[in-house]
Amino acid sequence: MTDLRLPTHASPDSYQRPTGLRAVVHDGRIVAWRNLVQLTRTPGLIIFTLIQPVMFVVLFNYVFGGAIGAALPPGISYAQFLIPGVMVQALVFGSSTTSVGLADDLQKGIVDRFRSLPIARSAVLAGRITADTVRLAVVAFVIVTVGMLVGFRFEGGLLLGIVMVFVAVAFGSAMCWVQANIGLLVPNVETAQTAGFVWLFPVVFISSVFTPVQTMPTWLQVVARNNPVTLVANLQRALSLGEPPAGSTWASMATPVALWIVGLVAVFAPLAVRSYRKV
Amino acid sequence: MPPIIEVEDLHKRFGETQALDGVTLAVDEGTVLGLLGPNGAGKTTAVRVLATLILADSGRAVVDGHDVHQRPDLVRPVIGLTGQYAAVDEKLTGAENLHMVGRLLGMPRRVAERRADELLERFSLSDAGDRQVGTYSGGMRRRVDLAVSLVGRPRVLFLDEPTTGLDPASRLELWGITRELVGDGTTVLLTTQYLDEADELADRIVVIDHGRVIEEGTADELKDRTGGRTLQVTLGDADQLDDASRRLDGFGDDAISVDRDKVTLRVAVGTDTELAARAVAELASAGIVVEDFHLDRPSLDDVFLALTGHAPTGAAPEEPAP
Repeated sequence: MTDLRLPTHASPDSYQRPTGLRAVVHDGRIVAWRNLVQLTRTPGLIIFTLIQPVMFVVLFNYVFGGAIGAALPPGISYAQFLIPGVMVQALVFGSSTTSVGLADDLQKGIVDRFRSLPIARSAVLAGRITADTVRLAVVAFVIVTVGMLVGFRFEGGLLLGIVMVFVAVAFGSAMCWVQANIGLLVPNVETAQTAGFVWLFPVVFISSVFTPVQTMPTWLQVVARNNPVTLVANLQRALSLGEPPAGSTWASMATPVALWIVGLVAVFAPLAVRSYRKV
Repeated sequence: MPPIIEVEDLHKRFGETQALDGVTLAVDEGTVLGLLGPNGAGKTTAVRVLATLILADSGRAVVDGHDVHQRPDLVRPVIGLTGQYAAVDEKLTGAENLHMVGRLLGMPRRVAERRADELLERFSLSDAGDRQVGTYSGGMRRRVDLAVSLVGRPRVLFLDEPTTGLDPASRLELWGITRELVGDGTTVLLTTQYLDEADELADRIVVIDHGRVIEEGTADELKDRTGGRTLQVTLGDADQLDDASRRLDGFGDDAISVDRDKVTLRVAVGTDTELAARAVAELASAGIVVEDFHLDRPSLDDVFLALTGHAPTGAAPEEPAP
């Protein structure tokens, strides 16, 4: 071995960690960068992220479009009905990568590494969810683009279109906080893959995402109408059409959605940070 | 100067398993403590408490004067942790892993990059620095993992079974690096189930089993304390074996064993080295040709067996996953 003295604490460089909220932002940004780099180097995840929503748009539009389109109010194409729904669907399903990613970090000891460092306790979670939110925004963009190809339009103008994408991404991001709890509680990645995904099927499908609620049995309509996914999908549709449906106002549609998003984060973010401290 | 690591009566239970059952130990600054024990003895649990990863149920753990439960924020800047498995991001390159930790510690970009380069070079990873860690060999991974834990120049380093699963060459290399770190003043708490590793690196050894400290001391003290030494004498002439055996009779605790093929006699002499010296002198003065003689110390394996009643690598149940 050559005489290369380990540069340890003999010659410390002078640097200082930020404190308080600035520390959370500083550390969260670095962790988010790490997660995004990781994403770009995981081809399987990119394909899952991008191809799946495209398939949903194309399959549903051409396979179910004829049948379901007939049940829609006159003047609304199935593409116009479908795209806002697929967007919510894709972002809700996309949130499951938060639980899988966290479980993976836990299993591989990376969470231990982060927890032994003098960094903000919430940074690992905040960083991951920031990265996941960026990913969800990319998915939303892909869906709008493919949607345009099959006939979807922002009838109410670009501004409302941007609001529509923003609302969907915000809801998906709130769902990531729910998923973070699952990722921290399950023992391994395999369980996370199931536990983070399976419950999303009823949540997404018992809603107005793919079919109008009034086509369901009455008892199921009660569930579907109060499902936050329905509330978000309906708001999305109104935003894409440029006006709320008869009997609703922007306020009556947006308020419950805003409450759901804020409520989910307010409940599940502190719970996740608490579990993170304890794992 | 008070010890840099002080652990007092630490208890920790996971469900049915009492992982730590009253562990007390102390490590002086700049020394290596070997925490030796079989799988499931509580070594990793002890390290996880000291590294602020889990809370103990009771007892006290202090690192660099700070209680790990009350002020984990002051303990973390002092410590580095290298776990049983390489806790580095496989999708990032070696350089990116080091750089990320440097930035998280508050280093400006430039400083973090320089530090990453220094460590890559020191750990012979410069050529692999731009490759994803997922492509590294086991030994390289362990090296980059150790490098990552050194980014912040920790004064206390926890090495949790650092060479488990490594090939002999990588193992020797890690031992060399550990010695250099200690030479630079780093305090190391090393857990291992390899007795030769503790023997090789540790200034003091604490043997734990079932969450309890069962013996403590330097490697030599442990060997002395558990059973004595054996004098082994090889003669130049096989015809003198019987004569030699008779003359040695008074020196041994037990019967003398004679190996006629190897022309060798073995006699247990306890811990009294002088007795052994007199025995050899007695043979020489009686005109017996002594070709070779030496005192065998018990190996740490013997020590372990004597202390715990089972072999060191015995398949005890693993600690539950955190």
